[in-house]
Amino acid sequence: MRETMLRSFPTTALLVTLALSAACTSKDAPKATGATNTPAASGTLTGAGATFPNPIYTKWFDAYARLTGVRINYQSIGSGGGIRQFTEGTVDFGASDGPMTDAQVAAVQGNVVHLPTVLGAVVLTYNVPELGATALRFDGPTIADIFLGRITRWNDRRIAALNPGARLPAGDIIVVHRSDGSGTSYIFSDYLSKVSPEWSSKVGKSTSVNWPVGLGGKGNEGVTQQVKQNAGSLGYVELIYAVSNKLPYAQVKNASGAFVEPTLASVSAAAAGADLGPDTDFRVSITNAPGATAYPISSFTWLLVHKTMQDPARAAQIKAFAGWMIGPDAQRMASDLQYAPLPAPVVGLVKARLAAM
Amino acid sequence: MTTTRVSLFRRSHGDRVFRGILTVAAVIIPVLLALLIWQLWGEARPAVSRFGIGFLTTSTWDPVAEQFGALPLIFGTLVSSVIALAIAVPLSLGVAIYLTEFAPSALRQPVAFVIGLLAAIPSVVYGLWGIFVLIPFLKSSVFPFLRDTLGFLPLFQGTIYGPSMLAAGIILAIMVMPYIMSVAREVLLAVPGDQREAALALGATRWEAVTSAVLPYARSGIIGAVILGLGRALGETMAVTMLIGNRHEIAASLFAPGYTMAAAIANEFAEAVGDMHLSSLAYVALALFAVTVVVNAGARLLIWRVARGSGAGSSAL
Repeated sequence: MRETMLRSFPTTALLVTLALSAACTSKDAPKATGATNTPAASGTLTGAGATFPNPIYTKWFDAYARLTGVRINYQSIGSGGGIRQFTEGTVDFGASDGPMTDAQVAAVQGNVVHLPTVLGAVVLTYNVPELGATALRFDGPTIADIFLGRITRWNDRRIAALNPGARLPAGDIIVVHRSDGSGTSYIFSDYLSKVSPEWSSKVGKSTSVNWPVGLGGKGNEGVTQQVKQNAGSLGYVELIYAVSNKLPYAQVKNASGAFVEPTLASVSAAAAGADLGPDTDFRVSITNAPGATAYPISSFTWLLVHKTMQDPARAAQIKAFAGWMIGPDAQRMASDLQYAPLPAPVVGLVKARLAAM
Repeated sequence: MTTTRVSLFRRSHGDRVFRGILTVAAVIIPVLLALLIWQLWGEARPAVSRFGIGFLTTSTWDPVAEQFGALPLIFGTLVSSVIALAIAVPLSLGVAIYLTEFAPSALRQPVAFVIGLLAAIPSVVYGLWGIFVLIPFLKSSVFPFLRDTLGFLPLFQGTIYGPSMLAAGIILAIMVMPYIMSVAREVLLAVPGDQREAALALGATRWEAVTSAVLPYARSGIIGAVILGLGRALGETMAVTMLIGNRHEIAASLFAPGYTMAAAIANEFAEAVGDMHLSSLAYVALALFAVTVVVNAGARLLIWRVARGSGAGSSAL
C-alpha cells in the first residue's frame, strides 16, 4: 500500500505540473521553445508606465518568461508615473505613450533611449443616428475647430463639404473627451496642434489639456458610454477599443490629402512614412505623417531604458528582451491584440540601436 | 501570601505591556496624520508659492500652460455633497424612524440588513451602475421632468447631457444613505422607551410622540449620522468621476457637468507629467483635507451646542 503511494506520488506531481503548465499556456505562445528551454538565465526586471500598451506588454512578458525564465514585473501606472519612476531609478525601465521632454531627458543626464515597441492610433467615434451606415469623413482643421468649439452643429458647411451626400442633422455637436490624463489625449492633442495653429497656441499638447468645450469621460469606456448615450456626440478613443467594441469611426484626411480609415496597416504606414535618420532618438511624433496610406492620428509607444546601466547583467537582460520584442514572433502577438506592429525600417533602426548599446 | 504577590506582580506587568501597546497604537494615528500633512505640504509647496491663496479662488486649469486654479473643484465638491445630503437625509431618517417606530418587528431586521448591504457595494460598481442604468433613466425621464416643471429656476435649465452635477449628487445620495440610516437607527433605538411611553400617555399620537419626544432626544446623534454621511460624500471619488462629467467649470445649472477635488486628483495624478501639475494636485489634496476638517469641526461644534442638555446620541459619537 505504502509502496503504491510512493510510486504514485511523482506521477501525480507530474500530472499536476502538466495540467498547470497547460492551463498557463495561452494559444499563441511558442509552446515548443517553452518546453525545451530550461529557465537558466532567470532573473527579475521591473518596469512601470503606460497603461495603453499594458495588454500587449503583459502578454509579451508572460511569453518571454516562459521562453527564457526572465520575469518582468510591469506596473501600468500611467506614462507620467512611468517617466517619474524611471527618472528616480526605482524601476529598470519605464514606458510612455508620449516621449520625454527635453527637460525630462536632461533630468536623467541624457541617459535614456526611447525604444518604440508598437503603434497605437486614436479614432473619432460618433453617435449620429441620421447617418445610418455612412462613415463620416473629417480633415484636421475641422476636427480642431469642433474641439475648439468653433464648429458647433453637425450640418455645418465645412462638415457637409467633407461628407457630400451624408444626411447630417441640424443638432449640436456634443464633444466628449477623456477626463483622466492619458496617452490617448496626448496623441490626439499632438495631432490637433499640428493641424491647427489656433489649437497649438490656445490649448497645446499634453496628457491632459484645458479642453475648450465638451464633457469628460473617464477612460475609453467612459468616453464610449457618453457617446453612446448622447445622440449627436463626437469623441475620441483608442483604435483597439473602438474595434473591439464595434464603434463607428471616422475616416481622416491625411497629410497627402487622402481620406484614410484607421486600420493596423494604415497605422503602420504612418510609422513607415516617418522620417527617421540613423541617428534618431526615436522621440518622433508620427501624427499627420506623410504617405498616401498613412492614418494621421497614430503614434509610437515607447520603452524607456538607460543608455548605460550600473548593473551589466541587468543591462544585458533588458537588451535581450528588447531584441526579442521587436522580432517577428512578438510583433505578431501585437497584431493579434490589434496593436499595429512596427514597420520593417523602424525594426531595423531599433536593432541597430540595440547593437550599439 | 507569596502566590498572591506573584500574581499581582504578573498582572501589573501585563498591564504595563498592554498599556504600552495601546499607547503606541494611539500615538500612531496622530503621527500618521502629521506625516500625511507634512508630505502633502512638501509636495504642494511649489504650487503654493506660485499661485498662493489665489489657487482657491481662480478657475483656470491648464496643464499645458501650467496655470492652475481649484475653485470649480471646491465648488463641485461642496455642491455635489449638498445635493447628496438634501436627498439622503430625509430619506434615511424616514427609513430609520419607520424601522424603529412603525415597522412590524418581522420587517425591522431584514430591511436594516439589506440597507446595510448597500454600504458594502464598491464605489466603482456604483459608478458603472450609474453610467449604464441611472444616467439613461435620469436623462430620459427625471431631468426632462425637472426642466419642464422647475425650469424657471436657473438650477434646472440648459442642455441635458446626462453626466452632470445632479447625477453625481444622486449617486452620492444613494451611497451615503446606508451610513446615515444605520447610525440614525442605532441612535433612535437608544432613545429610552420611557420617552415614547410618556408622550403616548399624555395623549400624543405616534407621529407626535416621534416628533416631540423621540427626535429631540436623538437630535445630536442624528446630526452625527449626517456628518458621517457628509464626510463620505466629500471624499467619494470613483463613482463621482464616472458620473459628474469632469469639467473644470462652475455652472449654475445642475444639468451641467462639474468636477470635484477627489475626482480631479484620481483622474490626473497618474499621468501628470509636469512638476507644477503634480504639485497643484497635491495642493488640491491639501485643500480637500482642509475643507473636510473645517466641515467636520463645524459639525462637531453644532453637535456640541445641540447636545447640551439632551441625552442619547451624544454618546453615539
